[in-house]
Amino acid sequence: MLQDNHSSSPSMGAAIPASVLITPCCDRCTHSPATPCRHLVECLDHGPICHTDDLCRTRRADRLATARRGGVGTLIFVGAGTCGRANGALKIISKIKEFLTEKAIAATLVETGCVGYCQREVFVDVQAPGQPRLSYCDVSPDNVAELLDAIFVQGQWVNPFLFGRYPDEATSGWEQVPLVADAPFFKQQRKVVLEQCGVIDPTSLDAALARGAFQAAAKALLTMTPEETCAQVLASGLRGRGGAGFPTGRKWQVALSTPSAQKYVICNADEGDPGAFMDRAVLESDPFRLLEGLLVAGYAIGASRGYIYCRAEYPLAIQRLQEAIAQCHQVGLLGENILDSVFSFDVTIKQGAGAFVCGEETAILASIEGGRGMPRVRPPYPAVSGLHGKPTVLNNVETLANIAPILTRGAPWFAGLGVNGAAGTKVFALSGTIRNTGLVEVPVGVPMRQIIFDIGGGALPGHEIKAVQIGGPSGGCIPTPYMDIAVDYGSLQTLGAMMGSGGLVVMDERSCMVDVARFFMEFIRNESCGKCTPCREGTTRMFEILDEITTKPVGDELRRLERFRGILKLEELAETVKETSLCGLGQSAANPVLSTLRFFRHEYEAHILENRCPAGACTGLRTYRIETALCIGCTLCKKACPQNAILGDRKQAHYIVADRCIGCGACQTVCRQDAVLVAL
Amino acid sequence: MSITINGRTVDFNPGDTVLKAARQAGIHIPSLCALECAVQPAGACRVCIVEVEGMPRVQTSCTLLATHGMVVHTHSPKVLKLRRNIVELLLASHPDDCLYCGRNGNCELAALALQLGVRERHYLGAKKAHALDVSSPALMRDPNKCILCGRCVTVCHVQQKVGAIDFIGRGFRTQVAPGFASGINVSGCILCGQCVRACPTGALMEKSAVADVLAALADPNKVVVAQVAPAVPATLLEAHPGLRTVPGTLEAVAGAFRRAGFQAVFDTTWAADLTIMEEASELVQRVTSGGALPMFTSCSPGWIRYVELHRPDLIPHLSTCKSPQQMAGSAIKAFYPQRVDLKGKGLYVVSVMPCTAKKYEAHDLGDVDAVLTTREVEDLLARCGLSLDTPGIGVPLDAPFAESTGAGRLFGGTGGVMEAAVRTAYKLVTGHELHEGPKLTDLRGTRGVKTLDVQVAAGLTLHCAVVNGLGEVGPILAEVTAGKSPYHFVEVMTCPGGCVGGGGQPYATDGHTVLGRLDRLYEVDRNATHRRSHENEEVQSLYRDHLEAPLSEQSHHLLHRRYTPGERD
Repeated sequence: MLQDNHSSSPSMGAAIPASVLITPCCDRCTHSPATPCRHLVECLDHGPICHTDDLCRTRRADRLATARRGGVGTLIFVGAGTCGRANGALKIISKIKEFLTEKAIAATLVETGCVGYCQREVFVDVQAPGQPRLSYCDVSPDNVAELLDAIFVQGQWVNPFLFGRYPDEATSGWEQVPLVADAPFFKQQRKVVLEQCGVIDPTSLDAALARGAFQAAAKALLTMTPEETCAQVLASGLRGRGGAGFPTGRKWQVALSTPSAQKYVICNADEGDPGAFMDRAVLESDPFRLLEGLLVAGYAIGASRGYIYCRAEYPLAIQRLQEAIAQCHQVGLLGENILDSVFSFDVTIKQGAGAFVCGEETAILASIEGGRGMPRVRPPYPAVSGLHGKPTVLNNVETLANIAPILTRGAPWFAGLGVNGAAGTKVFALSGTIRNTGLVEVPVGVPMRQIIFDIGGGALPGHEIKAVQIGGPSGGCIPTPYMDIAVDYGSLQTLGAMMGSGGLVVMDERSCMVDVARFFMEFIRNESCGKCTPCREGTTRMFEILDEITTKPVGDELRRLERFRGILKLEELAETVKETSLCGLGQSAANPVLSTLRFFRHEYEAHILENRCPAGACTGLRTYRIETALCIGCTLCKKACPQNAILGDRKQAHYIVADRCIGCGACQTVCRQDAVLVAL
Repeated sequence: MSITINGRTVDFNPGDTVLKAARQAGIHIPSLCALECAVQPAGACRVCIVEVEGMPRVQTSCTLLATHGMVVHTHSPKVLKLRRNIVELLLASHPDDCLYCGRNGNCELAALALQLGVRERHYLGAKKAHALDVSSPALMRDPNKCILCGRCVTVCHVQQKVGAIDFIGRGFRTQVAPGFASGINVSGCILCGQCVRACPTGALMEKSAVADVLAALADPNKVVVAQVAPAVPATLLEAHPGLRTVPGTLEAVAGAFRRAGFQAVFDTTWAADLTIMEEASELVQRVTSGGALPMFTSCSPGWIRYVELHRPDLIPHLSTCKSPQQMAGSAIKAFYPQRVDLKGKGLYVVSVMPCTAKKYEAHDLGDVDAVLTTREVEDLLARCGLSLDTPGIGVPLDAPFAESTGAGRLFGGTGGVMEAAVRTAYKLVTGHELHEGPKLTDLRGTRGVKTLDVQVAAGLTLHCAVVNGLGEVGPILAEVTAGKSPYHFVEVMTCPGGCVGGGGQPYATDGHTVLGRLDRLYEVDRNATHRRSHENEEVQSLYRDHLEAPLSEQSHHLLHRRYTPGERD
């Protein structure tokens, strides 16, 4: 595997923006990375602590207020995460710059990450002095001039782009503008992990510090023992958010109690599921929260080295992380003797080369060690023998992003967030045929219906939701009648699905479930690491069988017979793969087949027995017919047919012999009378 | 401590896997990927699955540690069904050309399919479509026959510590190959062939020379002669116990080859004695007159290729002596025509070796025209309708390369070159025979590194080391690199056990059979009339008639070689 090393060594030079908040207020403040001060974080909020000086106090309070606001004067925030950029955020930024220069308007541009509402991107927020921060949506490079004109030329702050305002106690008179958090998409969400995403400048340590970053780390390092830290995380009920749902505190306790001079913590940021982008949002929009979680995890188990294993396909996330690590080093929040606690911690970014399997924890270990990213047999579990044989804790991005709030607000608070005894929140990436797509953070255990219909807004106009695919490529499809299922670890398993990392793909009646199973099986077939037989060979054969089912059997009887025999084998094959594969990916690889077979067996039967795709999605099963009334007998279709399946004399209506038709559609393409129709 | 397997109570030692405990108790759980040398079991093939009461899913017995009281079912209906499904999946992408395969009749996958009663073809999907790798003169790779069990990768990385091949690609396109799926000949592969012996199918094979040899035999313009390596008869005896002794087996091979059309059959062991004359003299010269020390042996071509490719900085440390195969080849080509009238025909020298790297060595240096591995001997004889078991088939080997000593015979096993060299070096330095005490036999056995100090003169003690298998050589080389090696002379055998464990040996070779072969070599040495290489009269007459003395100009011309540092792109 190709590997790139990006050490966190604090050597990015002049590129690192200096922290204003951590600049000494006067000579009496002695903090530096070499002479760390225990009160550094505490001092930000109500400093100075080591001396009494009203001037210093005022200076610190002013700095904090500015950092919390994001700067001075008029601020323009542009949501420019990867998703925003895909929607033209960078072009919007340059157009804003041009506009400001042209009109000689003084304003500061701030790039933020993603606020999570993909459907309405790009978001541009404007905060003028004396006004709340107003959020505008649906901005594009084409219409940004219109928005700027309305605001800065005509003074129309309330205009069709306005989405809402952020709360601001210092301003009044804006009550008629709804709060962003009260928008239907956000109203039922409970933001913990995504709290700051899209709000703060992810490149600014000050922005994060001003909103409470590193308070949890300071609390742990200075006032708690590693045992207490593990116990608190265990008490919070936090479970691994990467998919398996193992209690995080227990994992930490195992690593803590395994004696070793060297231990490691690894953040799994190899988010590879199709349709999943939760981790990317955190990495790009709030990297300091992740670093703080990793730091606390390192402290809790006694690890002085941390790795972030991030896929190379997330260049912006990697850049944000590098900037964040460098800034933390610069002020002593990473490195030697952090906050004079004796604890030292360093973080290295490892880039994955794109293998899906490298999201599996033992494959990550192999990859970081420089080997081929292939899972190995567990036990021994990494918490006992992990990276280079040392105790290693691997946690997913979202898991680590939950650590800081757990420590600052307390385990009982976190444990009480979920529904019916579940703890905390879960971020889902909502996509597919649904009105509102984007990132959704809800309490664990809310009904699926709430996510899909209340937050997601339900089906697109004129359509009907058929199923929700949850848990990534090896998750399961949940049909509409089960929409009241609680979205928690246990309930989903009863339906043969799993929580997974958080991908939620909504499908309506236009999706064919056999085709969906085929799609995911193709992905898994390509991404199987190739080590164990059932996953490597089994997914290939399952894909082939699904491919056969979704195409029309043409030709000799033997092939039809073989098609049928393969299908008879499909279920047994799926069970074999599930039962005998080496790692979690293989064991769940058959889920797309098993879950669609369970809930949509009738669709399989229609494909197999009637050569018909009820959803009309499988082009390979399509047949065509010629509307006699419209056909003028021009013979174009007859000439175009590669199968000689069209019969008819000149100037007479033609017809298609269904048994010969392979559904290629050549006839429909050439027909000038629109007489060739899909036969359903 | 005990577990229950299929209703029987089976004892196990702490740390044993269920697979090991079962096999020790005579319960056969099949596996296509388990290997003795693996540090951590791969658990890749999934064939060794078992049901364990109280565990939610089936477990691979090769990775499952036995715990007291465990109740295991190795052949339950569920296990049998899943196991057969797995093997069917392997077969589904495997080429259907068993009758045309070099492993026909000797294939673990085919045997397992038979065992599990696979009788129906359930999948008609894609087959693998990788290119064959025939780039090397020694080994062939057919990735389409590979079941990706990973044994070869483990052997190459863990046992031999060469790391020339690994998994490449993902999913169905995964294959085992040298870096960037290049040819073996341009890779870091040392051609030791240990992977071939580990391979359960025909994915890794030696490049057979049987057809070439048959063609030469049929050529009226060629005189074909053979030489047989010391380890070969000690091995063939296993499959032909009626031949009773190593010399008897050697004579049977000679007789069968003569019936096949070879004009003469020589003993490579003769050349082993010649090698010792040169190599011991070279050692004495380096120790007394200066030269790179420690001196490494040069008999094992895998080791030579390893140095050339991976450690060219160590080339000055290699003995410049050709290996016995090449010395025999040179001597036969130079002197046999002087003794026998070839009537203008070309001389074609075939060697029979326990080694795949010898094919490369012969290709590289010439003098030997074709190399047959031990495995190919049976192939060749079968092709000619001959059998070693035919009563009275044995004939004496042919002069002037027939005589051998016990020392030369020891070449076939780890420590043998060293033991033979020390016996002769002692004589060269002191003028007296070494009356061996028990110490010299410290060099025997299958420990990784064996050392011995021999005092040859007042103030001169030879520090010797024997490395049994390339995987063990690392620490010794690190000492040399650091300039801190205490040794004068180091024997390195590429394959564990030495030549008797070579890559050209029968597939069934394991630790147990290797020990048996070593014992047979020691027995020959014990019973030999002459036990020191300098006592080989035919070798001495060669020096008298042609070469004058060891390390003479003629010797250098004929019996020594140069090395080429590998091109590492």
